[in-house]
Amino acid sequence: MADDTNQTSEKPTPPAVSPRPKPAAGVAGRKPRPKAPPEPPKGPPDPAPPEGMEPPAYVAALQAGVAGAVSQVTYWVGDWSVIVPADRLLEVARFLRDEPGCGFDYCADVTATDWPPREQRFDVIYCLYSTLNRHRLRVKVRAAEGDPVPSVTGIWPAANWLEREVYDQFGVNIVDHPDLRRILMPDEWQGHPQRKDYPLEGPGEFLMEDPLDWLRVWKLPEEAESEIE
Amino acid sequence: MTKVIDAPRRIGQAFDTDELVLNMGPQHPSTHGVLRVVLRLDGERVVDADCVIGYIHRGVEKLCENRDWTQIVLLTDRMDYVAAATSNLGYVEAVEKLMQVEVPRRARYIRTILAELQRIASHCLWLGTHAMDIGAMTVLLYSFREREFVLDLFEEYCGARLTYNSMRVGGLPLDIPTGWDKRVLAFCDVMETKLDEYEELLTNNRIWLGRTRDIGVISGEDATALGLCGPPLRGSGVSRDVRKDEPNAAYEEFEFDIPLGTRGDTYDRYLIRLEEFKQSIRILRQAVEGLPEGPVMGKVPRLIKPPAGETYHPVESPKGELGYFIVSDGRSTNPYRFRVRPPSFCNLQALNRLCKGHLVADVVALIGTIDIVLGEVDR
Repeated sequence: MADDTNQTSEKPTPPAVSPRPKPAAGVAGRKPRPKAPPEPPKGPPDPAPPEGMEPPAYVAALQAGVAGAVSQVTYWVGDWSVIVPADRLLEVARFLRDEPGCGFDYCADVTATDWPPREQRFDVIYCLYSTLNRHRLRVKVRAAEGDPVPSVTGIWPAANWLEREVYDQFGVNIVDHPDLRRILMPDEWQGHPQRKDYPLEGPGEFLMEDPLDWLRVWKLPEEAESEIE
Repeated sequence: MTKVIDAPRRIGQAFDTDELVLNMGPQHPSTHGVLRVVLRLDGERVVDADCVIGYIHRGVEKLCENRDWTQIVLLTDRMDYVAAATSNLGYVEAVEKLMQVEVPRRARYIRTILAELQRIASHCLWLGTHAMDIGAMTVLLYSFREREFVLDLFEEYCGARLTYNSMRVGGLPLDIPTGWDKRVLAFCDVMETKLDEYEELLTNNRIWLGRTRDIGVISGEDATALGLCGPPLRGSGVSRDVRKDEPNAAYEEFEFDIPLGTRGDTYDRYLIRLEEFKQSIRILRQAVEGLPEGPVMGKVPRLIKPPAGETYHPVESPKGELGYFIVSDGRSTNPYRFRVRPPSFCNLQALNRLCKGHLVADVVALIGTIDIVLGEVDR
């Protein structure tokens, strides 16, 4: 539906009948240089809280309760977030849920962002909310391609489908998930559409033309080899 | 190296032989769209329900990352298409939060009116279809009659009846037409009397009670842990409403109550939505009567380009907590990451838990009670 509206909105644009004279090129006497495409951003800004602003009590409690787990505290337009290493995520999550001062019993969202130039290209983001204390916190985990990110489904069952979506759309390697399957894309789909290097209009030539290909399951090389024997 | 696997065998491998596997949907009238539920049955009792979704996945998030900030408003209409104004509201407020833009008070009031009208329209559709799924045909005709009034009001405001594109970053594209506020008040009066008709048809109806009492009971702790939101969460007695807890638009200026359930069953969720009709009417009256004068558009740059940063902004849609997680890189005119936290998606996740131990006929009632819109589940 969205594509249709886009096309119809583009149609009425008149064809370029009279090309405008190019003043800049003629006057300055040199060829206009094609503008280089901007470099992709290297990562989110993750700004530190402004001077003199104390992090809220639940962040301080986390820093004290799980010593050394919080590598960075960031603040932007009223939202607090913490960055933790992937191997300590479960420890942090359990503390945030069980500590009365934190009480984050509601996992509102699990999502990811992709920053390809960075070595640890994925940020997996957990948006937490406390229905008891009515405050919010975002927990961020950085992961490279293939790095294991532990599943938090055991702590917040709500994360089940959300993590499946992160796996489906980004290909983040989520481990210990009870039911890790694709969720929005078909099971046979190859590639992860939300990655920045995945083209907007699909994989193009890679799109399988033979309908039988849609039923194929691509296996890992070692699995396939063992089957031949 | 490839291998062809036929689909039926794959499903068969996962299940025991003495249980019946029943495929419900994707084309099934009670699934409200294209939802497929693979039920494992022991006799007529549901042992396990596996939802298969994604049939109308359009990649809205990816698409939005390639459109500029103004064009996205139109795409948010297409997610929850029976509550497009609330989707608009959540998105524009998230961008305003990122840009730290001040929105005029009149615009915030009108936004609240639109969001509450939308809640009434969405609940009307829910009530009609939910009751019809269970077998009460008349309610559909009644509730669609009132929904038509709301759609007429929307048509008068912005020209569209379903996908409104009714808000802009920084305010509203249009002020309300002359006399529109009076007609909203008149609608409130009509709606109040019609609510009694719904209640008369259903609330004490023996068949309705038999089909909804103690069906899909879920405790408050379980509901919170499973990430339920909106009326299903409040039906279990958890006081959680974004309008009260994290007020957006002009909600902090109005008086209204959050209805809470006690038993957490399908009947409680029905009562809560009926009570939400009344609370919405209450908010509408206060908003229309106190509507301030002034501009409806704040000061925003012509080219919207929020500074680099990210934010998560929730609003209370008729289905529950609708959140937008938006990342801007500060350089391009489109978002770097656009993520929607769809309430229907998170609520649908609980279907398996709700269905267990109930009859196949109750699955239909339970799909109705969590109020899903597949356009939002699949995006």
